[in-house]
Amino acid sequence: MPYSSLSDIQSRLNSGETTAVKVAQLYLDRIAAFNDTLNAFVHIDPAHVLAQAEASDKYRAKHDARPLEGLPIAVKDIFCTQDGPTQCCSNILKDFHAPYDAEVITKLKEAGAVLVGKTNMDEFAMGSSTETSAFGVCRNPWDTNCIPGGSSGGSAAAVAAALTPAALGTDTGGSIRQPAALTGITGLKPTYGRVSRRGIIAFASSLDQAGPMTRTVKDSAMITAAISGHDPRDATSVADAPAVDWLAACESRDMKGLKIGKPKEYFVDGMDAEVRASVEAALKKCEELGAEIIDISLPNTEHAVAAYYVIAPSEASANLSRYDGVRFGHRCENPEDLLDMYTRSRDEGFGSEVKRRILTGAFALSSGYYDAYYLKAQQVRTLIQQDFIQAFEQVDIIATPTSPIPAFRLGEKTDDPLTMYLSDIFTIAVNLAGLPGLSQPCGFANNLPVGLQWIGPAWREDTVLSAAAAYEGATDWATRSPAAFGGES
Amino acid sequence: MSWEVVIGLEVHCQLNTDTKAFCGCSTEFGAEPNTQTCPVCLGMPGQLPVLNTVAVDKTILTGLAINAHINLESKFDRKNYFYPDLPKGYQISQFAVPIVEGGYIDIPTKDGGEKRLGVTRIHMEEDAGKSMHEGLDAVSHIDLNRSGVPLMEIVSEPDMRSADEAIAYLKQLHQLIRFLGVSGADMEKGQFRCDANVSVRRPGEPFGTRTEMKNMNSFRFIKQAIEFEVLRQIEIIEDGGEVVQESRLWDSVKCESRSMRSKEEAHDYRYFPEPDLPPLRVSQQEVDAIRAGMPELPGQLRKRFEIEYGLSSYDADVLTQTLESAAWYESLVAAHPADPKRCANWMANDLLGRLKEAGKELSESPVSAAHLAGLLDRIADNTISGKMAKDVFEAMMESGDDADTIIEAKGLKQVSDSGAIDAIIHEVMAANPDQVAGYRAGKDKLMGFFVGQVMKASRGKANPGMVNQRLNELLKG
Repeated sequence: MPYSSLSDIQSRLNSGETTAVKVAQLYLDRIAAFNDTLNAFVHIDPAHVLAQAEASDKYRAKHDARPLEGLPIAVKDIFCTQDGPTQCCSNILKDFHAPYDAEVITKLKEAGAVLVGKTNMDEFAMGSSTETSAFGVCRNPWDTNCIPGGSSGGSAAAVAAALTPAALGTDTGGSIRQPAALTGITGLKPTYGRVSRRGIIAFASSLDQAGPMTRTVKDSAMITAAISGHDPRDATSVADAPAVDWLAACESRDMKGLKIGKPKEYFVDGMDAEVRASVEAALKKCEELGAEIIDISLPNTEHAVAAYYVIAPSEASANLSRYDGVRFGHRCENPEDLLDMYTRSRDEGFGSEVKRRILTGAFALSSGYYDAYYLKAQQVRTLIQQDFIQAFEQVDIIATPTSPIPAFRLGEKTDDPLTMYLSDIFTIAVNLAGLPGLSQPCGFANNLPVGLQWIGPAWREDTVLSAAAAYEGATDWATRSPAAFGGES
Repeated sequence: MSWEVVIGLEVHCQLNTDTKAFCGCSTEFGAEPNTQTCPVCLGMPGQLPVLNTVAVDKTILTGLAINAHINLESKFDRKNYFYPDLPKGYQISQFAVPIVEGGYIDIPTKDGGEKRLGVTRIHMEEDAGKSMHEGLDAVSHIDLNRSGVPLMEIVSEPDMRSADEAIAYLKQLHQLIRFLGVSGADMEKGQFRCDANVSVRRPGEPFGTRTEMKNMNSFRFIKQAIEFEVLRQIEIIEDGGEVVQESRLWDSVKCESRSMRSKEEAHDYRYFPEPDLPPLRVSQQEVDAIRAGMPELPGQLRKRFEIEYGLSSYDADVLTQTLESAAWYESLVAAHPADPKRCANWMANDLLGRLKEAGKELSESPVSAAHLAGLLDRIADNTISGKMAKDVFEAMMESGDDADTIIEAKGLKQVSDSGAIDAIIHEVMAANPDQVAGYRAGKDKLMGFFVGQVMKASRGKANPGMVNQRLNELLKG
């Protein structure tokens, strides 16, 4: 039962075999048993979780069940919620209680979901390992000496160890897909503009997008269906986004005739051999299922990481200016004057990775450097977008590894930010181009999960979901779970 | 050797929208601190801006009124700086591509001509909050009611060559904005504030180093500040020094400016495109619709008043200072169409003069256009003399009653009955036989004496025209 998918739990709830309260209690017990080891959750209020489950059972007794009725879903600490603290795993927002729900939280509630708690993350979503969290590192259930990936590492670890059947993450440069890959689960980053960003604490506004982290492709579809849609209070939420029949996309699991692009830039020297072998094998499987693998090129891929690490910190440097000790969040003791209050509050409140990115961003935007860095990075971004547009004239979908390496050991890269930044080398271009991307498990390397990434054209989440569902149906990778946490293998 | 003054102006004008630039909060002035705020204008985590399209339309209207180019696609940028009254740590503004570019304002010159002053751009931005330091015992408080209120920043070319030209430009702009109804432009409420960039040079030479006088909101202070700054700069250069590029503040109490920050300390605003807002697109049809709804502008009105009503350019200018006064004048003429010039004289000299003395707005006038027209009718039909009309007008200003009521009550009706006038003339002649004899002997100058006597005897009520005519006839015998 703990490793059940959302859709399995849903059918058991629908048949009356179990209740939302029983389901919630099961996962609360697992959190109580395993969270000390994993540090996947940073806030949990069992009484409130059970109260929601009870309310859901009552609702179900009187009405037709809503799309996510009684289903437990955890959310990354980046989502503002009226219930409990929203701290973005930063000391500067320690004990901050948002007076509003993020739009996606409202939508989850309206769909009947039971919100389980807040999951660990890299501070302000800056990181690829969930080691920059102010509330301690999170661990990978497959090997607790390893990182779970980041920045949505808490959500990934929680789903992988079945402390919750599903969770929400956010993805700015790969922060849903990379941890999903490293923990052997499924993660979807929808097209930019598909899901409202209102109430999600901003990291890099032009790149951030919320999405599901689940056991199965269908579960990701169920959640995305619930959280997507136009929000008039987010000007970047697209009003006339092409609609997707989310569940139908997962049912049509036929790969026959699907043209899958295999970009040579994503199969490079230096990547882990077992990762490469797993992904190559996955593509072979797709071929057996009737797909056509087409070698393609995305020539500007090599510049994506550089462009990203200019654009994202630039936007972040402005987005994080509001944490200044004036109105909310941390303020230093006994400031001497205004400047002292700003500098000490921010120095005490932000961790070193956040500071590094604020400084990088402020530098890239400063007068005299803007053209050389920010403007150039935006030009690269346009070229990367064009690469994808041209590729999708040839193919229906693109498949790549999600991460060049499996989960690395805690502390292994913390002193080397540039190597750490390369963890996102295969996911970043998707954010720069605003495209939908999904990672699903496709094998193991050194006994750690390997992720297969699907990249679709803008608004074609249906293509992505049906390819991923077809692969999932033909393999058993999505059913694997870590033995140490009561899994079957 | 003479000096040439070079002035460029940046005007911040608060748009009179009901709600703020990027959220639904009220923009009303004077509410309790921090009562007109929401998570968006407080810069709370995760909150996003949504553009107020009314502010866009009003900015476009202003651009059209100064003959500027409207960019159908413009962009918003973030201007980054730290200040306690700036909640997000950046201000949303338009830096690289503003919505309005080019344009001009014509000001009248002393020789009766016009000088054209260029406008570089008008861009939209949001206001910051307000810091309050006074009387708070070394603690500062922040009021964020103003945070997010929409502003237009109107940037001129460095085309002004004197403080007087700068003030003329500002007055034209101020008048235009009020005409367009895009802003109350109340300077005391900070709805129309000005930064002046001032430099001096020898004629024909390149621009000198400029200083920026920040945030002034009175025409008088702006003029004083510019004149002070010009003299200060000339003195520095003539003493062999160099002007330092810096921002300065005008101290209106001490009548001097002081340095605020130097170029070295100046902010690097690190502008970059606002990622929370897509590019602002407007269609040509929308621009055309705004143009079609544009009211008659002061310059057009002035010219029309001169031609249609035969007014002097001075009177036309006075009457077109505001849309309201122009409308008042036109309703006065509509009620008293016989003599538009008399209407203009009475409105410009008597009514507006008296209101100004009393510190009242035209909207508070006790005398309506219909009532003033009634008074002018009584002058025209000789019920009262022009001189008596002044007294009646005073009484109207006091009581708010119409002219006829006052004329009746005070018994001021002019005597135009020839019988009654003849009777008075006979009395005067009988009382002054020597003068009658003298006049008849050829002393024509005595006519003035008789007129005076008759008017006195009638207590001013006799129709002067008839008195003259009848005296002429009766004195001849």
